[in-house]
Amino acid sequence: MSFASTESYIVADDLGLAVNAAVTLEKPLLLKGEPGTGKTRLAEELAASLGVPLIRWQIKSTTKAQQGLYEYDAVSRLRDSQLGSEKVHDIANYIKPGKLWQAFTAAERPVLLIDEIDKADIEFPNDLLHELDQMEFHVYETGEQVRAEHRPIVIITSNNEKELPDAFLRRCFFHYIKFPDADTLAKIVQVHYPDIRKDLLSSALEVFFDLRQVPSLKKKPSTSELIDWLKLLLAEDIKPAELSKSNGLMPMFGALLKNEQDVQLVEKLAFMARRQSS
Amino acid sequence: MLIEFFLCLRKHGLKTSLTELLDLLGALERGVVFGNVDDFYTLSRLVLVKDESQYDRFDRAFAEYFEGVEQVDLASAIPADWLERSLQRQLSDEDKAKLQALGGLDELLRTFRERLAEQQKRHAGGNKWIGTGGTSPFGAYGYHPEGIRIGQDGSNARRAVKVWDKREFRDLDGDAELANRNLQLALRKLRKFARTGAAEELDLNGTIRATSQKGGLLDLQWQPERHNAVKVLLLFDVGGSMDDYIYECEQLFSAARNEFKHLEFFYFHNCVYEHVWKDNNRRYDEKLPLLELINRYGRDYKLIFVGDATMGPYEIAYPGGSVEHWNEEAGAVWMQRLLNHFTDAVWLNPQPTSHWRYYQSIDLMQQLMSQRMYPLTLDGISMAITTLLKKSVATAVPSPSNS
Repeated sequence: MSFASTESYIVADDLGLAVNAAVTLEKPLLLKGEPGTGKTRLAEELAASLGVPLIRWQIKSTTKAQQGLYEYDAVSRLRDSQLGSEKVHDIANYIKPGKLWQAFTAAERPVLLIDEIDKADIEFPNDLLHELDQMEFHVYETGEQVRAEHRPIVIITSNNEKELPDAFLRRCFFHYIKFPDADTLAKIVQVHYPDIRKDLLSSALEVFFDLRQVPSLKKKPSTSELIDWLKLLLAEDIKPAELSKSNGLMPMFGALLKNEQDVQLVEKLAFMARRQSS
Repeated sequence: MLIEFFLCLRKHGLKTSLTELLDLLGALERGVVFGNVDDFYTLSRLVLVKDESQYDRFDRAFAEYFEGVEQVDLASAIPADWLERSLQRQLSDEDKAKLQALGGLDELLRTFRERLAEQQKRHAGGNKWIGTGGTSPFGAYGYHPEGIRIGQDGSNARRAVKVWDKREFRDLDGDAELANRNLQLALRKLRKFARTGAAEELDLNGTIRATSQKGGLLDLQWQPERHNAVKVLLLFDVGGSMDDYIYECEQLFSAARNEFKHLEFFYFHNCVYEHVWKDNNRRYDEKLPLLELINRYGRDYKLIFVGDATMGPYEIAYPGGSVEHWNEEAGAVWMQRLLNHFTDAVWLNPQPTSHWRYYQSIDLMQQLMSQRMYPLTLDGISMAITTLLKKSVATAVPSPSNS
């Protein structure tokens, strides 16, 4: 198999190779990159292109590794014992499989997305070392050993809020998604808005890349912001000429600049540029 | 196979392990890539490098192993506008004959580096400096029999610049000595668990007790989850001699912010006086009087100073000693007020311990802190935290007699 660009998703060559290598060697693939470069999208598209289910485990600051394996619902069991239910004699009735368990026992080889692993506690990745390496774990309550029949394709994303432990990194393949260049970006936009006018796209991309060049922006606009912005431009039917006119901020700047200080900065720069040219 | 490559990476300081080399060999055996050096580059980087800040090192190591790239590396170190084709000089054969080679290639590279170090401005024409259109051996669009080409487009005998030669990831390379993760692990020791907040966890003991009191009728009891309840107040010295330690302070700050739920921070300059501030850009408008700080934050806060304590001794010892304003009372008085209130306090000093004895002000501060000053290193932080925890035991003992 090989993973390549689809009708709705553009994959850079090196990223495609990374995914293929990780799939072939059955290693987890750790993806980092600026927010909005399509890390999470990748897992969705990969699952879709392989025609397999996607199991998505969204990590939060309170997520524990154990929750990915299973949870034992002691409270239901206590309640059932009060009610005299028959279920209570089998502890397995109260074990709720987590996302990893689901992925291990899926009928076909699924894609498991562990999203934003850096949000969790600093020890979280260490607690998953064995499970991701051997793809098996033990259920203490029932003495059962859960083992993956087909090793799931594991995609892990991180926004670099916390550093990950070495031992964990050694077990993963790592790919840093670069911000796409103008050509790739144009392809991505074509995929989303096939009927966008060519002149509008090229002047919009120009404005966008200029904006990314502005030093000390708090939040640089990324691909997803560009796509939102284009949507607005199309909806408002803005002419390409209006974009290149540098009278202050670009139209619909709210989609690109998410920070008040950034807006002020760009406004100031535009003002200075205007004064110089006049 | 690839042992030399592996060793070359290690030589460049990449912490690549044997497991990863075996993974790479496995990938090659499975035929993930074949007969394409670009793909091999991507694959080996995927398997061997685990942090984008290491990408630049990897690029350099890869370039060294696959040869023939030194001149490109140098080219990227030169600002592009030096090389603009502002002058295109045509040399006569006679001129060319006059030019003499500077020696072998090694000699040329060495001289190049020297000149690059000397030269600060853009240069065009002339025959010594690096620039465009001249007859110096270094530069572009000029002529010298044994010259080094820098950033020149168009045809050339040398092969085109490869991905790893562009060194796109150079900005990300950071030689982190005080790695954030290690710091965070060190700060972890300063934990005091307490149950606060919403009751979400099943309290098993409580449930059993309550259930038996009800004669076996189930009565569920809940308790809040355990959180790190330690409260930390960080005071950072900013500006002046602290500029050298911005990186260390940033690391400490980001590690602390991730670790402690109750974290407050303020800035001061050199020594604490009447005011501290929270936003360094508005330090003159938005000041918090120190007395208010003392009143606002309780004794249970652990106070951590971060500063180099390197200043004139009078800045601590005398009224009016501050370099920024007229202070009615000496810095030492304000320090003492803080320390009387916050009994658990330490000072972290980014200066290497070996330099401490050369500064009288560090000695003074050390006395004020009653020897609770530690270096801003992993060991120093561990020691500081031990002190913070020990002190809280010591102060906890007499408290029952008070109450």
